Amino acid sequence: MVEPGTPSTASPVSGKTTYPETGLLEAYRLMVLARAADERCLMLQRQGRIGFYAPLMGQEAAQVGASHALTPEDWIFPAYRELAVALARGVPLRAIFDQLLGNAEDEIKGRQMPNHFGFRRQNFVVASSPIGTQITQAVGAAMAAQRRKDSIVTIAFFGDGATSSNDFHAGLNFAGVYRCPSIFFCQNNQWALSMPRKRQTRSATLAEKATAYGIPGVLVDGNDLHAVYAAVREARARAVSGGGPTMIEAEVYRFGPHSTSDDPKRYRTDEELSAAKERDPIGRLKGELVATGKWTEEADRKLWEEVRATVSRTFEAAEKASPLDPRSIFDDVFADLTPRLAEERAEYDARTREGGLPS
Amino acid sequence: MTELNLVQAINRTLRDAMRDDPNVLLLGEDIGVNGGVFRATEGLFQEFGADRVIDTPLSETGIVGAAIGMALYGLKPVAEIQFLDFIYPAFDQIVSELAKFRYRSGGQYPAHVVIRSPYGGGIKGGLYHSQSTEAYFCHTAGIKVVVPSTPADARGLLLSAIDDEDPVLFLEPKRIYRSLTGEVPDGAARVPFGRARIVREGSDVSLFAYGAMVPPTAEAAERLARDGVSAEVIDLRSLVPLDEAAVIASVEKTGRAVIVHEAARFCGFGAELAALLAEKALYSLKAPIARVTGFDTPFPYALENVYLPNADRIARAARSAVRAS
Repeated sequence: MVEPGTPSTASPVSGKTTYPETGLLEAYRLMVLARAADERCLMLQRQGRIGFYAPLMGQEAAQVGASHALTPEDWIFPAYRELAVALARGVPLRAIFDQLLGNAEDEIKGRQMPNHFGFRRQNFVVASSPIGTQITQAVGAAMAAQRRKDSIVTIAFFGDGATSSNDFHAGLNFAGVYRCPSIFFCQNNQWALSMPRKRQTRSATLAEKATAYGIPGVLVDGNDLHAVYAAVREARARAVSGGGPTMIEAEVYRFGPHSTSDDPKRYRTDEELSAAKERDPIGRLKGELVATGKWTEEADRKLWEEVRATVSRTFEAAEKASPLDPRSIFDDVFADLTPRLAEERAEYDARTREGGLPS
Repeated sequence: MTELNLVQAINRTLRDAMRDDPNVLLLGEDIGVNGGVFRATEGLFQEFGADRVIDTPLSETGIVGAAIGMALYGLKPVAEIQFLDFIYPAFDQIVSELAKFRYRSGGQYPAHVVIRSPYGGGIKGGLYHSQSTEAYFCHTAGIKVVVPSTPADARGLLLSAIDDEDPVLFLEPKRIYRSLTGEVPDGAARVPFGRARIVREGSDVSLFAYGAMVPPTAEAAERLARDGVSAEVIDLRSLVPLDEAAVIASVEKTGRAVIVHEAARFCGFGAELAALLAEKALYSLKAPIARVTGFDTPFPYALENVYLPNADRIARAARSAVRAS
């Protein structure tokens, strides 16, 4: 572990923390569920049944491992690619699909594009599109927890591109100064939309950037569930014991496009993608489970079948939910309607009463 | 009641709010040990300590981003941005994050942050210590914007801002921080948002102003009175939400409107007021609406007195409006 002020680059974790045996199959099931949901959502977008989607495929071990290393009281500050974090947190798949559809059941009331969900009950703060902004917010929440003497951590999820953002610098700098209980979890998926990792920064690793802020930076193989789990677990233990923040760089690869609006063939080769898929975190964990006698090919085939059926069934049910009440457009701008918003809503009501179309 | 100037009223109010509620805390640059560059937080670090009066690194996006996180967690942060001119590194956090948190989370995550910031000219601050750019923020749904012009309103509006469940940008007219004193209530005399204050009643012309433009506007009304013109002076106090009823009622009475602000004219807050009057009080108007504002130039250093509206310009605009009909 890099100590504050030590001019070294990232180091591996101690290796003493291991994934709880009982949780491994559950972790695998979640990773498969996330992959199946991801594949389905890409298809649904092509069919015009959802408007947009940003896939996470390739990042399942990083997300599930990190999530399982936390407690339910810890606060998650996600970016917009954290579907598997939400699932591992106990968010029902249905709630995620309701958000993708923006229907009447959607907990954020259809306010944002797909993937930008938030679930207060699971301490999963609502995401936004600007890059890196959640990092300083996670630090502020950690500073608040520190003041209330709550034994929790906040964790910010972000990608390699975000390490170039203003808020990455501001957030790590604040966290270093105040030694607050924060974890900065960077999923380096090698591509910030079309920009490769090497052209994002001249730094040899992203984790080493932490050193300049006087906080430990840890580099882990993000396809290794055990390594991710151990790194986050150790960062969490240090944070709640007053040892301050940690940055973790989990090296992964974004198998899919940046989003359904993107065609990665314009900027990367099939060979690169195939090579990355050799290291697929799901295949890797399955191999381990089969080799240790915890899993069989037959059980795997059944799991995929079940999971795909669950995904389809859940989405079709979500599609049947009622649409949003158009009048809700005026809610939650402020705690109460301002006179101006009340007037705009009254104008809307009058138009629909007169037979105008609701939208 | 205590006789205080505006910055003393802010200092006293922050102190009282922190004594009343352990969730209230302050963060900003040089606000702790140093007591703030305008001394608005003087003595608070000594009374409440480093955990509640937080000197931050020099990063406005860090200040506002951290304040948002604190608010989400349940604290009531009051952030100071040293000059409004320096708020732009935090613009993304304010406009994309703070103002939208409640909405984008479907009401799950309200973010109650107060941002205090000295604004405006008249202190020989040049381009970067003088601007009055409230319109940028008024344009964004989800954040309230208030501007006191008296010590009593500074206390009343700041108490309301700290109580409010929504984010509030609290703009402090630094030019009049110390130039006038007034009686300030000692208790919790909150001034509700969305209520303008009639500074002076009149029947011939309505003069609308806020913040540091209220004193020269009141002086203009005084000069007009000597010429037999009865001017009504309205201090808006709260730009978002705006007291539209008070604006309309005044113009329905006087039939003439002069809008005063130190910000540049083009797309300034006065444009919204003029549009409001055109939409809802056109038939009461006897003369064209006039705006007395800063010029559409950057804020100048040596020539700031040329740039800033003064009582003479305001009175001239009012006389033209009266002569026009």
